Amino acid sequence: MLELRNVRFDVDDDAGHVDILKDVSFSVPENKFVVITGPNGGGKSTIAKLIAGVRMPTGGQILFDGKDITALNITERARLGISYALQQPVRFKGIQVVDLLRIAAGRELSMAESCEYLSRVGLCARDYISREVNASLSGGELKRIEIATILARGTRLSVFDEPEAGIDLWSFQSLIRVFEEMRKSIEHSSILVISHQERILNIADEIIVVADGRISQQGPRDAVLPSLIGTASALSSCDRLQERG
Amino acid sequence: MDTIQKRILAEVADLHAVPEGAYNIRANGVSAGRRSTASIEITSKPGGNGIDIRIAPGTKKQSVHIPVVLSESGLKETVYNDFYIGADSDVVIVAGCGIHNCGTQDSEHDGIHRFYVGENAKVKYVEKHYGEGDGAGKRILNPGTEVTMAKNSSMEMEMVQIRGVDSTDRVTTAVLDAGARLIVKERLMTHGSQSAVSVYKVELNGAGSSADVVSRSVARDDSYQKFDACVVGNAPCHGHTECDSIIMDRGRILAVPSLEANDVDAELIHEAAIGKIAGEQLIKLMTLGLTEAEAEEQIINGFLK
Repeated sequence: MLELRNVRFDVDDDAGHVDILKDVSFSVPENKFVVITGPNGGGKSTIAKLIAGVRMPTGGQILFDGKDITALNITERARLGISYALQQPVRFKGIQVVDLLRIAAGRELSMAESCEYLSRVGLCARDYISREVNASLSGGELKRIEIATILARGTRLSVFDEPEAGIDLWSFQSLIRVFEEMRKSIEHSSILVISHQERILNIADEIIVVADGRISQQGPRDAVLPSLIGTASALSSCDRLQERG
Repeated sequence: MDTIQKRILAEVADLHAVPEGAYNIRANGVSAGRRSTASIEITSKPGGNGIDIRIAPGTKKQSVHIPVVLSESGLKETVYNDFYIGADSDVVIVAGCGIHNCGTQDSEHDGIHRFYVGENAKVKYVEKHYGEGDGAGKRILNPGTEVTMAKNSSMEMEMVQIRGVDSTDRVTTAVLDAGARLIVKERLMTHGSQSAVSVYKVELNGAGSSADVVSRSVARDDSYQKFDACVVGNAPCHGHTECDSIIMDRGRILAVPSLEANDVDAELIHEAAIGKIAGEQLIKLMTLGLTEAEAEEQIINGFLK
Protein backbone atom coordinates (compact mmCIF):
# COMPACT_ATOMS: atom_id res chain seq x y z
CA MET A 1 0.00 0.00 0.00
CA LEU A 2 2.72 2.46 1.06
CA GLU A 3 6.30 2.27 -0.03
CA LEU A 4 9.31 4.48 0.74
CA ARG A 5 12.25 4.01 -1.63
CA ASN A 6 15.69 5.36 -0.67
CA VAL A 7 14.16 8.35 1.08
CA ARG A 8 16.57 11.02 2.28
CA PHE A 9 15.94 14.17 4.25
CA ASP A 10 18.55 16.70 5.19
CA VAL A 11 18.47 20.29 6.34
CA ASP A 12 20.85 23.21 6.55
CA ASP A 13 20.52 25.09 9.79
CA ASP A 14 22.70 27.08 12.19
CA ALA A 15 24.54 23.89 13.12
CA GLY A 16 25.45 23.31 9.47
CA HIS A 17 24.33 20.45 7.26
CA VAL A 18 22.36 17.72 9.07
CA ASP A 19 21.33 14.37 7.54
CA ILE A 20 18.12 13.50 9.36
CA LEU A 21 17.20 10.51 7.18
CA LYS A 22 20.06 8.95 5.24
CA ASP A 23 18.54 6.16 3.15
CA VAL A 24 15.20 4.79 4.29
CA SER A 25 13.28 2.11 2.41
CA PHE A 26 10.33 0.09 3.70
CA SER A 27 6.77 -0.77 2.82
CA VAL A 28 3.51 -1.01 4.72
CA PRO A 29 1.42 -3.84 3.28
CA GLU A 30 -2.38 -3.86 3.21
CA ASN A 31 -4.20 -5.03 6.37
CA LYS A 32 -1.06 -4.61 8.47
CA PHE A 33 -0.37 -2.74 11.71
CA VAL A 34 3.21 -1.53 11.47
CA VAL A 35 5.09 0.22 14.27
CA ILE A 36 8.21 2.34 13.78
CA THR A 37 10.33 2.52 16.92
CA GLY A 38 13.84 3.59 17.84
CA PRO A 39 15.64 6.06 20.08
CA ASN A 40 14.62 9.72 20.29
CA GLY A 41 16.13 11.93 17.62
CA GLY A 42 16.53 9.01 15.22
CA GLY A 43 14.23 10.48 12.56
CA LYS A 44 10.94 8.66 13.31
CA SER A 45 8.68 11.72 13.33
CA THR A 46 10.31 12.99 10.16
CA ILE A 47 9.19 9.80 8.38
CA ALA A 48 5.56 10.48 9.43
CA LYS A 49 5.81 14.08 8.19
CA LEU A 50 7.26 12.96 4.87
CA ILE A 51 4.41 10.48 4.35
CA ALA A 52 1.78 13.13 5.13
CA GLY A 53 3.48 15.71 2.90
CA VAL A 54 4.22 18.14 5.75
CA ARG A 55 7.89 17.86 4.76
CA MET A 56 9.27 17.07 1.30
CA PRO A 57 12.11 14.53 0.98
CA THR A 58 15.42 15.73 -0.42
CA GLY A 59 15.83 12.40 -2.21
CA GLY A 60 14.00 9.16 -2.96
CA GLN A 61 10.40 8.30 -3.72
CA ILE A 62 7.17 7.74 -1.84
CA LEU A 63 4.53 5.50 -3.45
CA PHE A 64 0.93 4.99 -2.38
CA ASP A 65 -1.03 2.17 -3.99
CA GLY A 66 1.65 2.06 -6.67
CA LYS A 67 1.33 5.76 -7.50
CA ASP A 68 4.29 8.11 -7.02
CA ILE A 69 3.07 10.74 -4.54
CA THR A 70 6.48 12.29 -3.78
CA ALA A 71 5.54 15.65 -5.33
CA LEU A 72 1.96 15.82 -4.01
CA ASN A 73 1.02 18.32 -1.30
CA ILE A 74 -0.69 17.59 2.04
CA THR A 75 -4.23 18.08 0.70
CA GLU A 76 -3.69 15.88 -2.33
CA ARG A 77 -2.29 13.05 -0.22
CA ALA A 78 -5.12 13.42 2.30
CA ARG A 79 -7.65 13.12 -0.51
CA LEU A 80 -5.92 10.02 -1.88
CA GLY A 81 -6.48 8.32 1.45
CA ILE A 82 -3.67 9.14 3.87
CA SER A 83 -4.50 10.30 7.39
CA TYR A 84 -1.97 11.74 9.79
CA ALA A 85 -2.38 12.26 13.53
CA LEU A 86 0.05 14.89 14.80
CA GLN A 87 2.27 14.28 17.80
CA GLN A 88 1.21 17.65 19.23
CA PRO A 89 -2.50 18.12 18.43
CA VAL A 90 -3.42 21.63 17.36
CA ARG A 91 -5.80 23.90 19.24
CA PHE A 92 -8.34 26.13 17.49
CA LYS A 93 -10.27 29.00 19.05
CA GLY A 94 -13.94 28.72 18.18
CA ILE A 95 -13.84 25.45 16.27
CA GLN A 96 -15.90 22.83 18.07
CA VAL A 97 -15.18 19.10 18.29
CA VAL A 98 -18.19 18.41 16.09
CA ASP A 99 -16.87 20.85 13.43
CA LEU A 100 -13.53 19.04 13.33
CA LEU A 101 -15.22 15.65 12.98
CA ARG A 102 -17.41 17.01 10.17
CA ILE A 103 -14.37 18.41 8.31
CA ALA A 104 -12.59 15.07 8.80
CA ALA A 105 -15.51 13.07 7.46
CA GLY A 106 -15.88 15.49 4.53
CA ARG A 107 -19.65 15.53 4.92
CA GLU A 108 -22.41 16.45 7.35
CA LEU A 109 -22.50 14.04 10.28
CA SER A 110 -25.54 13.17 12.31
CA MET A 111 -25.23 13.60 16.08
CA ALA A 112 -25.32 9.82 16.43
CA GLU A 113 -22.39 9.37 14.02
CA SER A 114 -20.28 12.06 15.73
CA CYS A 115 -21.02 10.52 19.11
CA GLU A 116 -20.00 7.08 17.83
CA TYR A 117 -16.51 8.35 16.88
CA LEU A 118 -16.05 10.00 20.28
CA SER A 119 -17.25 6.92 22.16
CA ARG A 120 -14.72 4.81 20.30
CA VAL A 121 -11.88 6.92 21.74
CA GLY A 122 -13.37 6.78 25.21
CA LEU A 123 -14.88 10.25 25.39
CA CYS A 124 -18.43 10.83 26.54
CA ALA A 125 -19.93 12.47 23.50
CA ARG A 126 -22.44 14.54 25.45
CA ASP A 127 -19.63 16.31 27.32
CA TYR A 128 -17.39 16.92 24.34
CA ILE A 129 -19.34 17.31 21.12
CA SER A 130 -19.83 21.08 21.41
CA ARG A 131 -16.60 21.84 23.28
CA GLU A 132 -14.16 24.15 21.52
CA VAL A 133 -10.88 22.51 20.51
CA ASN A 134 -9.03 25.16 22.53
CA ALA A 135 -6.74 25.47 25.54
CA SER A 136 -9.50 24.28 27.89
CA LEU A 137 -8.89 20.68 26.76
CA SER A 138 -6.14 18.60 28.36
CA GLY A 139 -3.35 16.94 26.36
CA GLY A 140 -5.04 13.54 26.74
CA GLU A 141 -8.43 14.85 25.59
CA LEU A 142 -6.84 16.49 22.55
CA LYS A 143 -5.07 13.25 21.64
CA ARG A 144 -8.33 11.32 21.74
CA ILE A 145 -10.09 13.94 19.63
CA GLU A 146 -7.19 13.78 17.18
CA ILE A 147 -7.67 10.01 16.92
CA ALA A 148 -11.44 10.45 16.54
CA THR A 149 -10.82 12.68 13.49
CA ILE A 150 -8.74 9.88 11.97
CA LEU A 151 -11.58 7.41 12.62
CA ALA A 152 -14.04 9.85 11.04
CA ARG A 153 -11.88 10.03 7.92
CA GLY A 154 -11.78 6.25 7.59
CA THR A 155 -8.97 6.33 5.01
CA ARG A 156 -6.88 3.45 3.67
CA LEU A 157 -3.75 4.48 5.57
CA SER A 158 -3.58 6.08 9.01
CA VAL A 159 -0.29 7.37 10.38
CA PHE A 160 -0.01 8.16 14.11
CA ASP A 161 3.00 10.04 15.41
CA GLU A 162 3.60 9.06 19.05
CA PRO A 163 -0.04 8.83 20.08
CA GLU A 164 1.05 8.34 23.70
CA ALA A 165 3.18 11.51 23.90
CA GLY A 166 2.10 14.02 26.52
CA ILE A 167 -0.65 11.98 28.16
CA ASP A 168 -0.93 10.47 31.61
CA LEU A 169 -0.59 6.77 32.32
CA TRP A 170 -4.32 6.25 32.90
CA SER A 171 -5.15 7.79 29.51
CA PHE A 172 -2.39 5.72 27.95
CA GLN A 173 -3.96 2.46 29.17
CA SER A 174 -7.29 3.28 27.56
CA LEU A 175 -5.55 4.56 24.43
CA ILE A 176 -3.99 1.13 24.00
CA ARG A 177 -7.51 -0.33 23.98
CA VAL A 178 -8.47 2.10 21.20
CA PHE A 179 -5.56 0.84 19.09
CA GLU A 180 -6.41 -2.78 19.89
CA GLU A 181 -9.93 -2.12 18.60
CA MET A 182 -8.57 -0.45 15.47
CA ARG A 183 -6.27 -3.40 14.97
CA LYS A 184 -9.29 -5.74 14.91
CA SER A 185 -11.17 -3.77 12.25
CA ILE A 186 -8.20 -3.10 10.00
CA GLU A 187 -9.62 -4.77 6.88
CA HIS A 188 -8.76 -3.01 3.58
CA SER A 189 -6.63 -0.48 5.41
CA SER A 190 -3.29 -0.17 7.17
CA ILE A 191 -2.04 1.55 10.30
CA LEU A 192 1.44 2.96 10.82
CA VAL A 193 2.28 4.06 14.35
CA ILE A 194 5.41 5.82 15.54
CA SER A 195 5.91 4.68 19.11
CA HIS A 196 8.42 3.19 21.48
CA GLN A 197 5.88 1.78 23.89
CA GLU A 198 6.08 -1.95 24.47
CA ARG A 199 2.29 -2.30 24.61
CA ILE A 200 1.90 -0.79 21.17
CA LEU A 201 4.77 -2.89 19.79
CA ASN A 202 2.94 -5.92 21.21
CA ILE A 203 0.02 -5.49 18.81
CA ALA A 204 2.20 -4.81 15.75
CA ASP A 205 2.36 -7.17 12.78
CA GLU A 206 5.67 -5.71 11.76
CA ILE A 207 8.26 -3.56 13.52
CA ILE A 208 10.74 -1.16 11.94
CA VAL A 209 13.61 0.19 14.06
CA VAL A 210 14.99 3.57 13.01
CA ALA A 211 18.20 4.87 14.55
CA ASP A 212 20.54 7.61 13.44
CA GLY A 213 18.59 8.25 10.24
CA ARG A 214 18.65 4.65 9.03
CA ILE A 215 16.63 1.47 9.43
CA SER A 216 18.59 -0.80 11.74
CA GLN A 217 16.08 -3.67 11.88
CA GLN A 218 12.77 -4.60 10.31
CA GLY A 219 10.57 -7.67 10.22
CA PRO A 220 7.68 -9.49 11.89
CA ARG A 221 7.06 -8.61 15.52
CA ASP A 222 8.20 -11.95 16.90
CA ALA A 223 11.53 -11.64 15.11
CA VAL A 224 12.27 -8.06 16.11
CA LEU A 225 10.62 -7.41 19.49
CA PRO A 226 12.68 -9.77 21.70
CA SER A 227 15.87 -7.87 20.96
CA LEU A 228 14.22 -4.55 21.83
CA ILE A 229 12.81 -5.41 25.26
CA GLY A 230 14.53 -3.42 27.95
CA THR A 231 15.92 -0.85 25.52
CA ALA A 232 14.75 2.68 24.77
CA SER A 233 12.95 1.29 21.71
CA ALA A 234 10.42 -0.66 23.80
CA LEU A 235 9.50 1.13 27.00
CA SER A 236 7.24 -0.60 29.53
CA SER A 237 4.60 1.34 31.45
CA CYS A 238 6.97 1.54 34.45
CA ASP A 239 9.80 2.86 32.29
CA ARG A 240 7.34 5.38 31.05
CA LEU A 241 6.56 6.60 34.55
CA GLN A 242 10.26 6.90 35.35
CA GLU A 243 10.93 8.65 32.07
CA ARG A 244 8.40 11.31 33.02
CA GLY A 245 9.87 11.24 36.50
CA MET B 1 -40.04 46.92 0.51
CA ASP B 2 -38.27 45.60 -2.56
CA THR B 3 -36.33 42.34 -2.83
CA ILE B 4 -32.93 43.99 -2.18
CA GLN B 5 -34.23 45.53 1.02
CA LYS B 6 -35.78 42.27 2.10
CA ARG B 7 -32.53 40.41 1.54
CA ILE B 8 -30.53 42.95 3.55
CA LEU B 9 -33.12 42.69 6.31
CA ALA B 10 -32.52 38.94 6.44
CA GLU B 11 -28.74 39.56 6.68
CA VAL B 12 -28.85 42.06 9.53
CA ALA B 13 -31.76 40.88 11.60
CA ASP B 14 -32.39 37.29 10.47
CA LEU B 15 -35.83 38.51 9.52
CA HIS B 16 -37.61 36.72 6.71
CA ALA B 17 -41.10 37.87 7.62
CA VAL B 18 -42.73 40.37 9.92
CA PRO B 19 -41.13 39.76 13.34
CA GLU B 20 -42.93 38.66 16.46
CA GLY B 21 -43.39 41.33 19.10
CA ALA B 22 -42.62 45.02 18.73
CA TYR B 23 -40.70 46.30 15.73
CA ASN B 24 -39.77 49.36 13.71
CA ILE B 25 -38.27 48.96 10.27
CA ARG B 26 -36.58 51.97 8.72
CA ALA B 27 -35.90 51.83 4.97
CA ASN B 28 -34.17 54.64 3.06
CA GLY B 29 -34.85 57.19 5.78
CA VAL B 30 -38.54 56.51 6.33
CA SER B 31 -40.52 54.08 8.45
CA ALA B 32 -41.47 50.95 6.54
CA GLY B 33 -43.43 49.37 9.35
CA ARG B 34 -43.97 49.62 13.08
CA ARG B 35 -45.80 47.79 15.80
CA SER B 36 -46.04 48.55 19.51
CA THR B 37 -47.30 45.97 21.97
CA ALA B 38 -49.11 46.30 25.28
CA SER B 39 -45.81 46.57 27.14
CA ILE B 40 -43.46 47.99 24.50
CA GLU B 41 -44.30 51.35 23.04
CA ILE B 42 -42.45 52.77 20.01
CA THR B 43 -42.99 56.44 19.17
CA SER B 44 -41.33 58.82 16.70
CA LYS B 45 -39.25 61.65 18.02
CA PRO B 46 -40.47 65.12 17.09
CA GLY B 47 -38.70 65.97 13.84
CA GLY B 48 -38.62 62.36 12.68
CA ASN B 49 -34.93 61.75 13.31
CA GLY B 50 -35.38 58.74 15.55
CA ILE B 51 -37.61 56.80 17.86
CA ASP B 52 -38.22 56.26 21.56
CA ILE B 53 -38.72 52.72 22.75
CA ARG B 54 -40.34 52.40 26.14
CA ILE B 55 -40.44 49.00 27.76
CA ALA B 56 -42.78 48.78 30.72
CA PRO B 57 -41.40 47.55 34.07
CA GLY B 58 -41.70 43.80 34.50
CA THR B 59 -41.92 43.01 30.76
CA LYS B 60 -40.60 39.47 30.37
CA LYS B 61 -39.51 37.33 27.41
CA GLN B 62 -40.36 39.92 24.75
CA SER B 63 -38.37 41.19 21.81
CA VAL B 64 -37.95 44.43 19.88
CA HIS B 65 -36.57 44.53 16.33
CA ILE B 66 -35.40 47.86 14.94
CA PRO B 67 -33.47 47.12 11.71
CA VAL B 68 -32.41 49.79 9.23
CA VAL B 69 -31.84 49.26 5.52
CA LEU B 70 -30.34 51.68 3.02
CA SER B 71 -30.48 50.84 -0.67
CA GLU B 72 -30.38 54.35 -2.13
CA SER B 73 -26.92 55.62 -3.09
CA GLY B 74 -25.94 58.94 -1.53
CA LEU B 75 -28.28 58.77 1.43
CA LYS B 76 -26.78 60.11 4.67
CA GLU B 77 -28.66 60.05 7.92
CA THR B 78 -28.15 60.39 11.64
CA VAL B 79 -30.76 58.68 13.76
CA TYR B 80 -31.27 58.91 17.52
CA ASN B 81 -32.97 55.98 19.18
CA ASP B 82 -33.58 55.98 22.93
CA PHE B 83 -34.46 52.86 24.87
CA TYR B 84 -36.09 53.12 28.28
CA ILE B 85 -36.02 49.66 29.76
CA GLY B 86 -38.25 49.32 32.80
CA ALA B 87 -37.17 47.75 36.07
CA ASP B 88 -37.30 43.94 36.38
CA SER B 89 -37.86 43.41 32.65
CA ASP B 90 -36.15 40.74 30.56
CA VAL B 91 -36.01 41.56 26.83
CA VAL B 92 -34.13 40.98 23.60
CA ILE B 93 -33.38 43.94 21.34
CA VAL B 94 -32.26 43.28 17.78
CA ALA B 95 -30.87 46.25 15.87
CA GLY B 96 -28.64 46.22 12.83
CA CYS B 97 -28.04 48.11 9.66
CA GLY B 98 -27.46 46.97 6.13
CA ILE B 99 -26.40 49.15 3.21
CA HIS B 100 -26.71 48.22 -0.44
CA ASN B 101 -24.83 50.78 -2.50
CA CYS B 102 -24.52 50.32 -6.23
CA GLY B 103 -24.09 54.00 -6.96
CA THR B 104 -21.14 56.36 -6.96
CA GLN B 105 -22.11 58.42 -3.93
CA ASP B 106 -21.36 57.45 -0.35
CA SER B 107 -24.18 56.06 1.77
CA GLU B 108 -23.95 56.65 5.49
CA HIS B 109 -26.00 55.71 8.52
CA ASP B 110 -25.00 57.05 11.91
CA GLY B 111 -27.18 55.43 14.57
CA ILE B 112 -26.96 56.82 18.05
CA HIS B 113 -28.50 54.44 20.58
CA ARG B 114 -29.04 55.39 24.20
CA PHE B 115 -30.06 52.75 26.69
CA TYR B 116 -31.45 53.46 30.14
CA VAL B 117 -31.56 50.08 31.81
CA GLY B 118 -33.75 50.00 34.93
CA GLU B 119 -33.02 48.24 38.20
CA ASN B 120 -32.77 44.45 37.96
CA ALA B 121 -33.59 44.58 34.25
CA LYS B 122 -31.96 42.13 31.89
CA VAL B 123 -31.25 43.02 28.26
CA LYS B 124 -29.74 41.14 25.38
CA TYR B 125 -28.80 43.46 22.52
CA VAL B 126 -27.77 42.17 19.10
CA GLU B 127 -26.42 44.51 16.45
CA LYS B 128 -25.28 43.33 13.04
CA HIS B 129 -23.78 45.48 10.31
CA TYR B 130 -23.61 44.48 6.69
CA GLY B 131 -22.74 46.14 3.40
CA GLU B 132 -23.01 45.09 -0.23
CA GLY B 133 -23.18 46.51 -3.73
CA ASP B 134 -20.38 47.10 -6.20
CA GLY B 135 -20.69 50.85 -6.74
CA ALA B 136 -17.78 53.21 -6.12
CA GLY B 137 -19.77 54.92 -3.34
CA LYS B 138 -18.66 53.95 0.13
CA ARG B 139 -20.84 52.21 2.71
CA ILE B 140 -20.30 53.99 6.00
CA LEU B 141 -21.69 53.13 9.44
CA ASN B 142 -20.81 55.15 12.52
CA PRO B 143 -22.69 53.76 15.50
CA GLY B 144 -22.70 55.49 18.85
CA THR B 145 -23.99 53.58 21.85
CA GLU B 146 -24.49 55.01 25.33
CA VAL B 147 -25.54 52.70 28.12
CA THR B 148 -26.66 53.76 31.59
CA MET B 149 -27.21 50.83 33.88
CA ALA B 150 -29.13 51.04 37.17
CA LYS B 151 -28.50 48.82 40.21
CA ASN B 152 -28.26 45.09 39.58
CA SER B 153 -29.21 45.35 35.93
CA SER B 154 -27.46 43.29 33.29
CA MET B 155 -26.82 43.76 29.61
CA GLU B 156 -25.21 41.53 27.03
CA MET B 157 -24.24 43.22 23.76
CA GLU B 158 -23.33 41.31 20.65
CA MET B 159 -21.91 43.48 17.86
CA VAL B 160 -21.12 41.83 14.57
CA GLN B 161 -19.68 43.33 11.40
CA ILE B 162 -18.39 40.71 9.01
CA ARG B 163 -18.69 42.02 5.46
CA GLY B 164 -18.97 44.94 3.16
CA VAL B 165 -18.81 48.03 5.40
CA ASP B 166 -16.12 50.39 4.10
CA SER B 167 -15.73 52.62 7.09
CA THR B 168 -16.84 52.35 10.70
CA ASP B 169 -16.19 54.58 13.63
CA ARG B 170 -17.84 53.02 16.64
CA VAL B 171 -18.02 54.62 20.06
CA THR B 172 -19.58 52.77 22.97
CA THR B 173 -19.77 54.19 26.47
CA ALA B 174 -21.30 52.62 29.54
CA VAL B 175 -21.82 53.72 33.13
CA LEU B 176 -22.66 51.06 35.68
CA ASP B 177 -24.28 51.41 39.10
CA ALA B 178 -23.87 48.94 41.99
CA GLY B 179 -24.19 45.25 41.08
CA ALA B 180 -24.71 45.98 37.36
CA ARG B 181 -23.13 43.63 34.85
CA LEU B 182 -22.14 44.37 31.26
CA ILE B 183 -20.89 41.84 28.71
CA VAL B 184 -19.76 42.98 25.26
CA LYS B 185 -18.87 40.55 22.49
CA GLU B 186 -17.60 42.19 19.35
CA ARG B 187 -16.91 40.24 16.14
CA LEU B 188 -15.29 42.11 13.32
CA MET B 189 -13.80 41.27 9.95
CA THR B 190 -12.44 43.88 7.59
CA HIS B 191 -11.29 43.32 4.03
CA GLY B 192 -10.30 45.33 0.94
CA SER B 193 -9.26 48.80 2.02
CA GLN B 194 -11.80 49.03 4.84
CA SER B 195 -11.22 50.83 8.08
CA ALA B 196 -12.87 50.06 11.41
CA VAL B 197 -12.32 51.92 14.64
CA SER B 198 -13.96 50.73 17.82
CA VAL B 199 -13.69 52.71 21.03
CA TYR B 200 -15.13 51.59 24.36
CA LYS B 201 -15.22 53.42 27.64
CA VAL B 202 -16.82 51.58 30.52
CA GLU B 203 -17.09 53.20 33.94
CA LEU B 204 -17.71 50.91 36.86
CA ASN B 205 -19.13 53.34 39.39
CA GLY B 206 -21.04 51.12 41.79
CA ALA B 207 -19.79 48.49 44.24
CA GLY B 208 -19.96 44.97 42.82
CA SER B 209 -20.40 46.10 39.22
CA SER B 210 -18.59 44.18 36.50
CA ALA B 211 -17.76 44.45 32.81
CA ASP B 212 -16.33 42.02 30.28
CA VAL B 213 -15.48 43.56 26.91
CA VAL B 214 -14.20 41.01 24.39
CA SER B 215 -13.36 41.65 20.76
CA ARG B 216 -12.34 39.09 18.19
CA SER B 217 -11.34 40.39 14.81
CA VAL B 218 -9.76 39.49 11.50
CA ALA B 219 -8.04 42.08 9.28
CA ARG B 220 -7.52 40.92 5.68
CA ASP B 221 -6.18 42.50 2.50
CA ASP B 222 -5.20 46.17 3.09
CA SER B 223 -7.71 46.86 5.85
CA TYR B 224 -7.12 48.72 9.10
CA GLN B 225 -8.56 48.20 12.57
CA LYS B 226 -8.23 50.04 15.81
CA PHE B 227 -9.58 48.66 19.06
CA ASP B 228 -9.43 51.05 21.98
CA ALA B 229 -11.07 49.79 25.15
CA CYS B 230 -10.79 51.51 28.49
CA VAL B 231 -12.31 50.14 31.67
CA VAL B 232 -12.44 52.50 34.63
CA GLY B 233 -12.96 51.16 38.13
CA ASN B 234 -14.31 53.80 40.50
CA ALA B 235 -15.55 51.34 43.14
CA PRO B 236 -14.92 47.75 44.27
CA CYS B 237 -15.58 46.05 40.94
CA HIS B 238 -14.36 43.57 38.32
CA GLY B 239 -13.37 44.64 34.82
CA HIS B 240 -11.91 42.61 31.97
CA THR B 241 -11.16 43.61 28.41
CA GLU B 242 -9.72 41.38 25.73
CA CYS B 243 -8.76 41.90 22.12
CA ASP B 244 -7.80 38.85 20.07
CA SER B 245 -6.99 39.46 16.41
CA ILE B 246 -5.90 37.52 13.37
CA ILE B 247 -3.87 39.57 10.93
CA MET B 248 -3.61 38.54 7.26
CA ASP B 249 -2.19 39.83 3.99
CA ARG B 250 -1.23 43.50 4.44
CA GLY B 251 -3.75 44.21 7.20
CA ARG B 252 -2.93 46.56 10.07
CA ILE B 253 -4.25 46.41 13.61
CA LEU B 254 -3.79 48.76 16.52
CA ALA B 255 -4.94 47.43 19.90
CA VAL B 256 -5.06 49.90 22.76
CA PRO B 257 -6.50 48.20 25.82
CA SER B 258 -6.33 50.38 28.91
CA LEU B 259 -7.36 50.27 32.54
CA GLU B 260 -7.92 52.95 35.11
CA ALA B 261 -8.39 52.13 38.79
CA ASN B 262 -9.60 54.80 41.19
CA ASP B 263 -10.48 52.43 44.02
CA VAL B 264 -8.18 50.07 45.92
CA ASP B 265 -10.68 47.24 45.44
CA ALA B 266 -11.07 47.66 41.69
CA GLU B 267 -9.83 44.46 40.01
CA LEU B 268 -9.09 45.12 36.36
CA ILE B 269 -7.48 42.92 33.72
CA HIS B 270 -6.69 43.44 30.08
CA GLU B 271 -5.41 41.07 27.41
CA ALA B 272 -4.50 41.71 23.82
CA ALA B 273 -3.08 39.38 21.19
CA ILE B 274 -2.45 39.86 17.48
CA GLY B 275 -1.03 37.17 15.24
CA LYS B 276 -1.35 35.42 11.94
CA ILE B 277 -3.01 32.02 11.52
CA ALA B 278 -0.66 29.37 12.96
CA GLY B 279 0.99 27.20 10.31
CA GLU B 280 0.19 24.04 12.24
CA GLN B 281 -3.53 24.90 12.26
CA LEU B 282 -3.44 25.04 8.45
CA ILE B 283 -1.46 21.79 8.30
CA LYS B 284 -3.91 19.97 10.56
CA LEU B 285 -6.93 20.95 8.46
CA MET B 286 -5.08 20.17 5.23
CA THR B 287 -4.34 16.66 6.51
CA LEU B 288 -8.11 16.34 6.83
CA GLY B 289 -8.44 17.05 3.11
CA LEU B 290 -9.02 20.82 2.95
CA THR B 291 -7.04 23.07 0.62
CA GLU B 292 -5.03 25.86 2.24
CA ALA B 293 -7.71 28.44 1.32
CA GLU B 294 -10.50 26.23 2.69
CA ALA B 295 -8.53 25.66 5.89
CA GLU B 296 -8.10 29.43 6.29
CA GLU B 297 -11.85 29.99 5.91
CA GLN B 298 -12.66 27.33 8.52
CA ILE B 299 -10.21 28.84 10.99
CA ILE B 300 -11.62 32.35 10.50
CA ASN B 301 -15.24 31.19 10.66
CA GLY B 302 -14.56 29.37 13.91
CA PHE B 303 -12.64 32.29 15.37
CA LEU B 304 -15.47 34.72 14.60
CA LYS B 305 -18.31 32.39 15.56
